[in-house]
Amino acid sequence: MSNSTNRKFRFVFAIWWLIWFAVHYSVLLNYGITQLQAFADSFISNILLAGCCLLIINNMRYYLPRREKYWYVLAMSFGLACLWLVATRLLLWAFFKNENTYLAMVSSSSTIRYAVAFLIFGCMATLCLLWYTQKEQKEMDARKTEAENLAKEAELYKLRQQLQPHFLFNSLNSISALVNVQPEQARKMVHQLSDFLRGTLKKEEHQLVNLEEEFQYLELYLDIEKVRFGHRLSANVECEDECRQLKLPPLLLQPVVENAIKFGLYDTTDDVTITIDAKKTENNLVVRVTNPFDPETCNPKQGVGFGLSSVQRRLYLLFARNDLLQTKAENNLFITIVKIPQVNA
Amino acid sequence: MKVLIIDDEPLARIIVKEYLQAYPQIEIAQECNDGFEGIKAIQQHQPDLIFLDIQMPKINGFEMLELIDNPPAVIFTTAFDEYAIKAFESHAVDYLLKPFSKERFDKALQKWMESNNANAKTNTQSLLESVSHSPMQNNRIVVKLAGKIKIIPVDEIFYLEAADDYVKVFTKEGSFLKNKTMNYFENTLDAQHFVRTHRSYILNVQLITRIEPYEKDSHLAILKSGAQVPVSKTGYAKLKQVLGL
Repeated sequence: MSNSTNRKFRFVFAIWWLIWFAVHYSVLLNYGITQLQAFADSFISNILLAGCCLLIINNMRYYLPRREKYWYVLAMSFGLACLWLVATRLLLWAFFKNENTYLAMVSSSSTIRYAVAFLIFGCMATLCLLWYTQKEQKEMDARKTEAENLAKEAELYKLRQQLQPHFLFNSLNSISALVNVQPEQARKMVHQLSDFLRGTLKKEEHQLVNLEEEFQYLELYLDIEKVRFGHRLSANVECEDECRQLKLPPLLLQPVVENAIKFGLYDTTDDVTITIDAKKTENNLVVRVTNPFDPETCNPKQGVGFGLSSVQRRLYLLFARNDLLQTKAENNLFITIVKIPQVNA
Repeated sequence: MKVLIIDDEPLARIIVKEYLQAYPQIEIAQECNDGFEGIKAIQQHQPDLIFLDIQMPKINGFEMLELIDNPPAVIFTTAFDEYAIKAFESHAVDYLLKPFSKERFDKALQKWMESNNANAKTNTQSLLESVSHSPMQNNRIVVKLAGKIKIIPVDEIFYLEAADDYVKVFTKEGSFLKNKTMNYFENTLDAQHFVRTHRSYILNVQLITRIEPYEKDSHLAILKSGAQVPVSKTGYAKLKQVLGL
């Protein structure tokens, strides 16, 4: 509850009890008791009533009944009203021990007192129930909208990543250059690029693919990059036979290799060799991607790069583990290790 | 007229070369693979125009231009760079988005030939200034030191000190001069990590070990390296805010 609604509530609450106090007092005066008695009676009854109401509010704020809420309201009103009546009568008795006419009046009006208290507590509890349920609903809606927005953003980001504008435009530019000098090569690259794009489009997030398939796709990607960067880029792909049929999420490795290529090509001016190898250990498929880097200008401890964080996120969403993507630097080599658990392999 | 082509993709250079064949008056002085070669070639050939890619090994196109004292007219050739394109559009320097057609290339060249050379150079300067108002993309600073180029990752900076028209960048390897202003660094460095604590100082808050009172209203920040950096009254308020005190 914000501060201003809080203050407003307190104000209304106090006004309400003042009015109720006045009504109570004037009604009692008609029963032939002294002003002092009427005043004390009204004051004690209403202070205790107000106290019980605050108790209900606090109870509902921290504990909102889920099931049987109406029985809960009923039982609470019933119980509190009993307690209230006993407490009020004890206090009044203590104050006016010897004034028998007054005490007789208190006794005879017990039923009506009880009924009023029961009604007030019932109303209060129902109001609280509605108020806090609605508030909870609002919070839940806000959370839901937030979650939806996050999901949308992620979706958009994924789409943009899939399209890879930088890669696409540079490849098209290479084709444009090749058309004149090596038309055959240009045509081949158009085919490779088409296959690559088709690959990014058709894959479904939750369908696992064979490592063999993913490696073919990587080769395609590497071939295109090799045309772009010429002799500067070379790649070694090694895969043990027993790994070929192991499963992994589609397009998982491409961002890792892309990161390695960018890292390698943009961090050194020398020729760059990217090594990719796959092994099976225990129940995991382990893929290592290695690229050279310059330890003087680059700080690999800065951790997982931009491209890699999306891979890590994906692995986390799929396997609920954060230790599946690791990076380390050895001499001038940057190594990215991806572990993919083999579920019911 | 002499031109240079600076691009790390051989095929991208081939295209520019091919399109340039239609201009016999233009001589391609050299083709460069990266920014380092580019800097050397510019000093050696003093070209009238360069074709420059942005994403290149080690240092990018903008960083290369920053290291040249009197940069020539530039036509940028780039594939996709939203942030850079904004900078291009607000300045008369032309840019070619890859892949570009012969017609588009001719237009860019026409534009350059019509503008006088001095004009094109001023445009390069103002372009660099406008690019420098956006937050730093690479988190590094490129400086020249005795003819060599040094790349300093931003988180290795201890602090920055104003020095006339330059800024002194202090790192564990000593200090380097960069021809930028304090305002430039204040605007582009990550404000959560670098605070301008004084008119002449910006410091890396992650390296502060303690802050001591010093004279009236001012303080001294002691860094891990032992360096003492003055903190003015307003600087102290900023520092407290960033550190959450």
